[in-house]
Amino acid sequence: MALLEVRDLTVVFQRRGEQPFTAVDGVSFDVEPGQTVGLVGESGCGKSVTSLAIMGLLPKRGATVTGSVKFEDTDLLRLSGNQMRDRRGRDLGMVFQDPLSSLNPVITIGVQVAEVLERHQGMSRKKALTEAAGLLDKVGIPDPNRRISEYPHQLSGGMRQRALIAMALACKPRLLIADEPTTALDVTIQAQILSLLKGLVQDTGTALIMITHDLGVVAGLCDEVNVLYGGRVVERAERHELFAEPRHPYTHGLLASIPRLDAPRGERLMPITGSVSDNIPWDSACAFAPRCPNALDVCREVTPEQEWRGSRLLRCHNPVQPAAAETEEASV
Amino acid sequence: MTSATEQAADPSTVDESLVSVHDLKVHFPIKRGVILDRTVGYVYAVDGVDLSIRRGETYGLVGESGCGKTTFGRALLRLVEPTSGRAVFDGTDLSTLRGESLRLMRRRMQMVFQDPMSSLDPRQSVESILVEGMRAHGLDEGTESTGKRLRELLSAVGLASTSLRKYPHEFSGGQRQRIGIARALAVKPDLIVADEPVSALDVSVQAQVVNLLEDLQQEFGLTYLVIAHDLAVVRHISDRIGVMYLGGMVEEADSDDLYAEPLHPYTRALLSAIPVPDPEIEDRRERILLAGDLPSPANPPTGCRFHTRCPWRQAERCDTERPVLREILPGHKAACHYAEEIREGRILPHEVRAEVIATDLSSDIEISTPASVTEIV
Repeated sequence: MALLEVRDLTVVFQRRGEQPFTAVDGVSFDVEPGQTVGLVGESGCGKSVTSLAIMGLLPKRGATVTGSVKFEDTDLLRLSGNQMRDRRGRDLGMVFQDPLSSLNPVITIGVQVAEVLERHQGMSRKKALTEAAGLLDKVGIPDPNRRISEYPHQLSGGMRQRALIAMALACKPRLLIADEPTTALDVTIQAQILSLLKGLVQDTGTALIMITHDLGVVAGLCDEVNVLYGGRVVERAERHELFAEPRHPYTHGLLASIPRLDAPRGERLMPITGSVSDNIPWDSACAFAPRCPNALDVCREVTPEQEWRGSRLLRCHNPVQPAAAETEEASV
Repeated sequence: MTSATEQAADPSTVDESLVSVHDLKVHFPIKRGVILDRTVGYVYAVDGVDLSIRRGETYGLVGESGCGKTTFGRALLRLVEPTSGRAVFDGTDLSTLRGESLRLMRRRMQMVFQDPMSSLDPRQSVESILVEGMRAHGLDEGTESTGKRLRELLSAVGLASTSLRKYPHEFSGGQRQRIGIARALAVKPDLIVADEPVSALDVSVQAQVVNLLEDLQQEFGLTYLVIAHDLAVVRHISDRIGVMYLGGMVEEADSDDLYAEPLHPYTRALLSAIPVPDPEIEDRRERILLAGDLPSPANPPTGCRFHTRCPWRQAERCDTERPVLREILPGHKAACHYAEEIREGRILPHEVRAEVIATDLSSDIEISTPASVTEIV
């Protein structure tokens, strides 16, 4: 049975005097225990809002969340504020993008990590601080006994992100959500943090939802990848399958537009035309149609439904044909 | 003005390279004190960089944040005053230029900035943004020819000619970056310094801007200095690449050579750290994980700047003697004492323990804040 079942998750933002805006539009996916699931997309595709909705961190006023988020048979969306607070940090951990703004600047690192243990496991401050030093050591912070009495500004960006991971993993949650955990970091530090996350997830059996715009990060980490566009999942597949044969024109376009380190030089990039602002609403068409090289008339008139193609979920009227099929057609 | 231009002309560098930089240093003073400013130390942002850019080529400068690559670009254009060193642009020593002659020289070297929102004035229409530079350099010759030039510029960067009356907020990020590029092109420059030109853009839009930069180079014979942290982007557009670490150049090579055979341990680690969007490769790859963080440029390590994190570090020499950038393979330079030995596999990497690095400046420099205002007066 799945650890987390997200069904038809929809988030609508409504500001007074403005048109309601649907940021997440009927997103469904499962996370199995110990599995790493990726949510990939560009800015504005709804990947972060999805994670905030799962964690119950969206404002009550202004944001309407519908659908269901089942975590081991409990629908997280139906829990009260207090019940949710008991869950966050204990069963569900979260790591945010910007480590400096996620830490309290006037409280020492040690106390911030210890707080989680005090709240959820009823430890005394003294015991929790000793435990905190152990956790910092586990995430690779050198000299943890000194670091627990330091403030966030005294730590480097990579160290802060490690401290945040230590906080998220303090109570051994069964699910960790990492929202662009390495975007603010340099590549060499990014590599450190990713290998740390990978190791911790393997050791503790924690399931991970990895939210990122970087297809490279996903390629090395996730078991299953969901590609989001305009608030909907447009393609979902196992990572080897997805990268070897992207079927949705958006996924295909993204992969063709990234300069690759191992590609022969002088090869021209194939950008996706236009920008996210060209989107049309999903309810009467495919949102990606204005930018899509494969768009047919039907794409601008009928909303594509999610369909299973083998082990892959696809939302497209005219998907990219796999290379093997193309050569077959050519030979005929 | 002309005398300054001529006197510094160096015949040996005129033909081949458009820009050559010798031992450029930019040190920013760290000031403390309430009434009197005392200089208590320096941030060695750029500490002795040599570089030359040939006409019509794209030179890529990569490095992580804090390595001094942006400061280098700014110092080259004299947007920050270099502490020492020489930058020669088309035979003219830029450090000898003052006032009006420097302003006239600026027409030939333009900059494209990282953040397309904050580098465009929100109250200026696109037309006014583009005309401003042309007017300042006397290229605005009547309404008709200027109008024609503006339309040319917009079509060159792929914007509709109706854009002229619009304001920056009406455009998407990628389009704004196109306006920034058109502004640089408006004064017909020879050199464009592009500082992180695509890093603020979405992945699908990045490729559009990268392709645009390549097309414009072909069309107008531009020379680029592209400064970026993303080695994959830099490798894609550059002919030659320089890798910086903590204020110094550690490796310089043709972009294919650099990828095929990185010689400096830092470049190796950097290349191995970049994720490739291909699970087959990701699963097989061996990562060189660097321990610890970038040391503070206010208190750089002695000897080789990289020795605190280097998995190939050898006793003594690496800690005490700063390696110079030297040619190891034809056209391929690296600043490492043991580049040949590492290349031939005679030195093997070993474990490095992360050292504690203080990011707080006060712990690097031993000073105490004054007990009272009178103390320092």
